[in-house]
Amino acid sequence: MNLKAFSIDLKNKKRMIPQVLTVLSILLAISYFTFNAQVNMDNRGIAFGFGFLTQEASFDIGFSLIDYDGSRSYARAFLVGLLNTLLVSIIGIFFATLIGVTVGIGRLSSNYLVAKFSEVYVEVFRNIPLLLQLFFWYFAALRALPLPEEAINFNDISYLTVKGWYVPKFIWTNFSIFIYSVIAAIIAIIFVSKQAKKQREEFGKHIPSFYIGIALLLAFPSLSFLIGGVSLEFEVPVLKQMSATIFNFRGGVSIIPELMALAMALSMYTATFIAENVRAGILGVGKGQKEAAASIGLTKAQILKLVVLPQALRIIIPPTTNQYLNLTKNSSLAAAIAYPDIVLVFAGTALMQTGRAIEIVSITMGTYLLISLSISSFMNWYNQSVAIKEK
Amino acid sequence: MNVNLLKPNKEDLSKYLMLGLGFLIIGFIDIFSNTFLNFNITSFFPSIISYLSPLILGAFGLHLIRIEYSGNKTLDKINKNLNSSNTNAILSLIVIFILIKYVPPLLNWFFFDANFLGSTKEDCTGDGACWVFVRVWFNRFMYGMYPDAEQWRINISFLVLFSSIASIFVLPQRFKKYIILFLLFVFPIIALNLISGGIFGLKWIETGAWGGLSLTFIVSAFALIFCFPIGVFLALGRRSDLPAIKYSSIGFIELWRGVPLITVLFMSAVMFPMFLPDGTYMDKLMRVIIAITLFEAAYMAEVVRGGLQALPRGQYDAAKSLGMGYWRMHFLIIMPQALKLVIPGIANTFLALVKDTPLIFVVGLLELAGMIGLAKTNPKWLGMATEGYVFAAFVFWIICFSMSRYSQNLEKKLSTER
Repeated sequence: MNLKAFSIDLKNKKRMIPQVLTVLSILLAISYFTFNAQVNMDNRGIAFGFGFLTQEASFDIGFSLIDYDGSRSYARAFLVGLLNTLLVSIIGIFFATLIGVTVGIGRLSSNYLVAKFSEVYVEVFRNIPLLLQLFFWYFAALRALPLPEEAINFNDISYLTVKGWYVPKFIWTNFSIFIYSVIAAIIAIIFVSKQAKKQREEFGKHIPSFYIGIALLLAFPSLSFLIGGVSLEFEVPVLKQMSATIFNFRGGVSIIPELMALAMALSMYTATFIAENVRAGILGVGKGQKEAAASIGLTKAQILKLVVLPQALRIIIPPTTNQYLNLTKNSSLAAAIAYPDIVLVFAGTALMQTGRAIEIVSITMGTYLLISLSISSFMNWYNQSVAIKEK
Repeated sequence: MNVNLLKPNKEDLSKYLMLGLGFLIIGFIDIFSNTFLNFNITSFFPSIISYLSPLILGAFGLHLIRIEYSGNKTLDKINKNLNSSNTNAILSLIVIFILIKYVPPLLNWFFFDANFLGSTKEDCTGDGACWVFVRVWFNRFMYGMYPDAEQWRINISFLVLFSSIASIFVLPQRFKKYIILFLLFVFPIIALNLISGGIFGLKWIETGAWGGLSLTFIVSAFALIFCFPIGVFLALGRRSDLPAIKYSSIGFIELWRGVPLITVLFMSAVMFPMFLPDGTYMDKLMRVIIAITLFEAAYMAEVVRGGLQALPRGQYDAAKSLGMGYWRMHFLIIMPQALKLVIPGIANTFLALVKDTPLIFVVGLLELAGMIGLAKTNPKWLGMATEGYVFAAFVFWIICFSMSRYSQNLEKKLSTER
């Protein structure tokens, strides 16, 4: 054996030993835990398996986006919880972005009062635990709302009460045609903007694609109303007397207080972080960039649209996606105020009924993991595609 | 004499100023009479105009006094900071009006109409907050169900913790190492034994009785102490060039970072006992601390990795050229520099940890928020939710705000030193 082969062999050994040890210890730990779990489950007479998902759930869920009652399966209950989680996350993300962008720009305002106000907002809401904010909104603020018979009235179409916020229900006929018309409009807008870009780059012609886009977005759906047979009616909530002393609203859609409290807490808390990201992003665009843009004669709006925003967004988007992910994960605090999200419905009620701790907790964690990993891998892909290509 | 209302100019400064201030004052009188006297002085207008009248009057007044380089320093300052354009003028007015409308009622609720003295709910006669509730329950909010006579044990533990942290900053460099070692290895054991008791004639106090704000600190302090070394090793693992170690570290980190803490706590409460040998029992608080430690270790690992990545390659090359091995290189050259870089990140992780601890209520441990939940359902103290949560929010806000300010200062200091 020559010396070179020996040294490679030695180097390999040095690399292999820690790896083999790591893998072995992980395997050992897993098999130890699996063995214990097996023994424990045998003792309690339960077998590992996901068969219970098809069994009848036999519990009711207070708020559901799809048809559900106690006779449906556990899998259906899981789906209800998942949809409720996604619903509150989407609402929360929408409002968090809205408030966050407003406050973030407000912090950079030349107006002293607006800047100070935004700063106080960020410092107050960022430094109070989300759970406490949630409790405050749910147990203190929303509980102070009036009873149905004294509801806060918004122009006789919407009512805010302690039992929830009643809004008109949309009753569509031929809803699918409407959706198709919106999709058609979006396709047309993409086509027009591509054409406009081509015209601009090849012939230097400027086509107002933005206004054409808005016109298309209005024209297609209204055509669907005129000739497509689509119609929309509103079902307005009406106050009804249930018994001698109990009043409540019938008709319309009721937004339950749990959903309101959760959406408020999530969006106001996450908005502070988004505001800081927006501020950092705008500050991150160098002054020279703006001056250079102004010196070649761009207008203020053009500077913002063509120079500042594209660069600021590159700084803003990655941490903001992280905040969206955090918001989705934080929506699991729903369990604290009994909003039927995936944790409460599945890891709470379903677990209590079936006793299948391992399966249910794994499914719940797996679902969150799947959401997180898919969003973060999408973001990695996006980041790579917008990253500055250095030559 | 020509006063052009649309274009104020410098020549007729005093006229514009008088006129503008006049409008502004009428606007403010309107909002004051609306808010405090319940009297609408512009009720002869249609309702929407009447509603917006203070804003319109104020905005017009501000428009009239917007004169650049007027020579009057106060006026120039106001114009620059509050009144640089019509939009800014309206925004300033909206903020001022919101303050006028909502700050006095809030102050009334907090202080002027609030009740501070007494011992029962009936002592709260005012319209404002009933701080008697917080006074009566204060001890419970701080110490949970921990027996009153034994509370000195918690106090002493925290006194030792804070004074040793403080001495890190005061004592000379060469003692720092020992204090950090003491904090990492000796202190947890002493504190745990002192608080739980059962030895040296101290009364045994089961963890179920621990609670309140002190539990928040106990959980976050232990989780921080334990998650730090795990995070360092995970970060090294993630940057290792040995594939098995690298990918198991990545898997571990991403697993914990991808799930919400609440599901991790559920896991520790219902799933983890299934994985223990039959018949063994692990304390609930212990399980929670382990769960939070592993969870935060993943975040800590990412923070430390940030520091490792920020170090220039030359540091590694230099250490290697001195003949240092992997461990010597990392612990003598790389880690001290990397950790110094990420001190603000570590502080932020700790901040997040403190803000996350109220979640332990899902497994039945009652820290501050949980104790308030318990107190507000006490039949003698119903309807005190607002006071309780406002108090808790205030306590947490003070802790978190001072910590975040401290970490911001640190960030500034470290960034200028380099």
